Amino acid sequence: MARLLPKRDAVIIGLGWTGAILAQQLTEAGLNVVAIERGPWRDTASDFNIAYIQDELRYGIRKELFLQPAVEAMTMRNNAAQTALPMRDYGSFLPGHGVGGAGVHWNGASWRFWDGDLQIRSQLTRRYGAKKLTGLQLQDWGVTWNELEHSFDQFEYLCGISGKAGNLKGQIQAGGNPFESPRSRGYPTPPMKMSYAPSLFARTVTELGFHPFPTPSANLSTAYVNPLGVALGQCTYCGFCERFGCGNYSKASAQTTILPVLMRKPNFEARTECEVLKINLTPDGKHARSVTYLDAQGVEYEQPGDMVLLCAYGLMNVRMMLLSRIGQPYDPVSGKGVVGRNYCYQTSAAARLFFDGKNFNPFIGAGALGQTMDDFNGDAFDHSHLDFVGGAQINCIITGGRPIGSRPTPPGTPRWGAKWKAETAKNYQNSMGFASQGSSYPVRENYLDLDPTYTDRHGRPLLRMTFDFPDNDIAMSHYVSDRMETIAKSFNAKSWAVSRLKKGWDAVPYQSTHNTGGAVMGADPGTSAVNKYLQSWDVPNVFVIGASAFGHNGGRNPTGTVGALAYWAAEAIATKYIKSPGALVPA
Amino acid sequence: MRCFILAALLIATPAFAANEAGKYQSVLGDCEGCHGRNLAGGVALATPFGKLVTPNITPDVATGIGTWSQEDFRKAMKQGMGKGGKPLYPAMPYVNYALMPDADVAALWTYIRTVKPVRNSVDVNQLKFPFNLRFLMRGWNLLFFKPAPFANDASKNAAWNRGEYLVEGPAHCGACHSPRNFFGADKGGLSGASLQGWWAPDLTGDGRAGLGAWSNDELVQYLQTGRNAHSLASGPMAEAVENSTSRMTDSDLNAIAVYLKDLPPGPGNGGGATGAEAQMQAGARIYQVSCAACHGGDGKGSAIFPPLAGNPIVTQSSPETLARVVLAGAKGAATVKSPTGPAMPSFAWRWNDEQVAAVLTYIRNNWRNVAPAVSADTVTKIRTSLHSAS
Repeated sequence: MARLLPKRDAVIIGLGWTGAILAQQLTEAGLNVVAIERGPWRDTASDFNIAYIQDELRYGIRKELFLQPAVEAMTMRNNAAQTALPMRDYGSFLPGHGVGGAGVHWNGASWRFWDGDLQIRSQLTRRYGAKKLTGLQLQDWGVTWNELEHSFDQFEYLCGISGKAGNLKGQIQAGGNPFESPRSRGYPTPPMKMSYAPSLFARTVTELGFHPFPTPSANLSTAYVNPLGVALGQCTYCGFCERFGCGNYSKASAQTTILPVLMRKPNFEARTECEVLKINLTPDGKHARSVTYLDAQGVEYEQPGDMVLLCAYGLMNVRMMLLSRIGQPYDPVSGKGVVGRNYCYQTSAAARLFFDGKNFNPFIGAGALGQTMDDFNGDAFDHSHLDFVGGAQINCIITGGRPIGSRPTPPGTPRWGAKWKAETAKNYQNSMGFASQGSSYPVRENYLDLDPTYTDRHGRPLLRMTFDFPDNDIAMSHYVSDRMETIAKSFNAKSWAVSRLKKGWDAVPYQSTHNTGGAVMGADPGTSAVNKYLQSWDVPNVFVIGASAFGHNGGRNPTGTVGALAYWAAEAIATKYIKSPGALVPA
Repeated sequence: MRCFILAALLIATPAFAANEAGKYQSVLGDCEGCHGRNLAGGVALATPFGKLVTPNITPDVATGIGTWSQEDFRKAMKQGMGKGGKPLYPAMPYVNYALMPDADVAALWTYIRTVKPVRNSVDVNQLKFPFNLRFLMRGWNLLFFKPAPFANDASKNAAWNRGEYLVEGPAHCGACHSPRNFFGADKGGLSGASLQGWWAPDLTGDGRAGLGAWSNDELVQYLQTGRNAHSLASGPMAEAVENSTSRMTDSDLNAIAVYLKDLPPGPGNGGGATGAEAQMQAGARIYQVSCAACHGGDGKGSAIFPPLAGNPIVTQSSPETLARVVLAGAKGAATVKSPTGPAMPSFAWRWNDEQVAAVLTYIRNNWRNVAPAVSADTVTKIRTSLHSAS
């Protein structure tokens, strides 16, 4: 029998980026908020100690900061004809664990999606006709750029993002991204200083007529004090961002931007090492009463709340909705149902170049230290005569030359032994790479649901992922890989190789922790699980915040847009919902 | 849902005002610093004479001071006598509180009566023999406790006098910052002292170790926010800032600054390191690899990290705090006006005692800092005492 706790105004599930933003905004609005977090408390000096955080074996290879399958596994398959099997080790993507969530170990590439992403179906139909989208489950997000721009701005100023504006209120800015959607003001801090490889990349693609610009980075170019009064340090380009917490307070995360203020508030409480089992609804299924959770000792509690904010990792948001029977589960056969719908991923390929006599010094790195070109991203180029929609950014980002993972050798080199050693020694300083990061568009067959066979340690069904790269995305990626071949050629390297994405998503090698969709936002309750304010259509006192709300994935890292959606939902709750609890959009 | 908002709309009544006045006395006296946020005690104080655990001063009848009268409280505050004539140990700074006017002690009593009673039984006296014999304190009081009301110095202005009253009275700065005699009595002077594994720095006008280089405004900023252009409070001072000085009024902080800035220079830190070239070279290499990323090649720090150049905590006569911060790490003060509270991680694992001594000697004598060298033996002792404390 669960122990019943006193009711709170809002119960937040998960204290990562979105949970911290919602908690900060709603406590400011006067609400009494509790956040329940499955993983441990994490703090910069004690958990990301600069004296040993650059331990690649411990954090990069053994993945100490990540979700372990013993806590929550998933089952995976490429299509509905297969039987999904549970992963014994997370590989293709690495969800976070503990306070700060995946925002602890992110690289820090901080993007806004396009205005066109928010109206993707309308815009592409207008430009190319409806037939072009056959087979794709693309849909508008129900929110407009003008509505969301302020929220993007809030997130960027919270973090202190380092970058160069390319489009200030419609005015194209030299040195920025000319293809970005208009922004109301520039980035809070200037771009990072470029190391050799991104500088060479920028020079080379500029000569080809493309438009490179500094990747907007949450690894800060300079010390910064955010609007909450919290200070961040200057990035030292140590090259340990991805998979690591930042020991220098220079990568934006919940820890470095919000928690110092949030944790002081008398109307906020964080409960760590407490795992929410389900959201409890009233008998009619239209109202969330409480959440049930287990603490570290296994004691079961029931925490009532006037509202429940689902702020876990996107995939876990979807699973929690399914476990709690919030919204109709998606059925790929009938195409009906919304929870689990439009699961998308990221469509990427890489180029690797080998030179003689260079000194790239790849150990000078940071998660988002680099240059990007958007010339082949989204709808920045004409698709009229192409057999696909979407695109990819091409990035030359030097995340670091870490000793275990960074061993570039030319194709044909043995994978071990004396020859491999000689080649890694020779090529470490002489190799650079760039990569495409492409859009992932929804199709009927890709979805999330509960596994019929496998359960977690509490006996709850695991999330089942059914995914393969759609033909549209493969065609897009190959088109961009062809452009990357052209670019690679222009470097006059000794040799180079460009990878080409193949059908048959493999869940083992790391690819990207950009899993999106499954509880998408929209204007139509028939095709979306949450409305434009990320409020559940079915249970209006539940809001579901995260990349789970993306209708599709753009050719960009998702965190900037996730942060914006968190601010957007928080504003709707603070200014609309509190005054008049209930559905903010009539179904 | 709105209950929190309503709670903030308290109506100002005379009782409310009196209570607020008493609460401010608790801020000035930093009661929470030793008795805990809820005043229920249980905080262990490591003294040279053994362990004292602070008592519960909430109005709980069974375990707190719920049975005390106002007069019992006044005698504890100003005479060091607990209920029933039980002598208190001078870790309770009654020597300082004796300067407080009875009206302020009465206001504090009013406030203490309103805090939530907490049932928390505390075994206060865990001192070693013979210090565990309370009656000895009667002799101590005869020798070292000369209670007298605070007297204004007519040659100084009002701010200076208020500052002296606060520093020597309720704020009891000397309890940490003044050297002590063999019997643990305050010798006065605020020229720095060791306690609880920290070195409470020199507050005199000395230009290297003291506050000689700080302006009044910078001192106010430090007390209000926990940091300024020179330094960042950590350890017990971070607690003093968070619990006490950051909640003081601007005029009281200014008064403290006026008084402290008028203190003559103390004995100084003993001058620079001589014959330490090898340590300086080794320290410079360590600094570049492990410290410069945050504190800067120029030692100037940034908006988040404290400077080391010109930071008096670096150039104290004793490197105790410095070595402790490097070995055990430390958390900076976090206040409303400066909420970040950046923390220094522990480098105990990465560096041996020679290396710690070298880098400390280096930062104590680089840029324009001047302070005695640090020996590996000193670091060994501090490391050992940190181990035995933890």
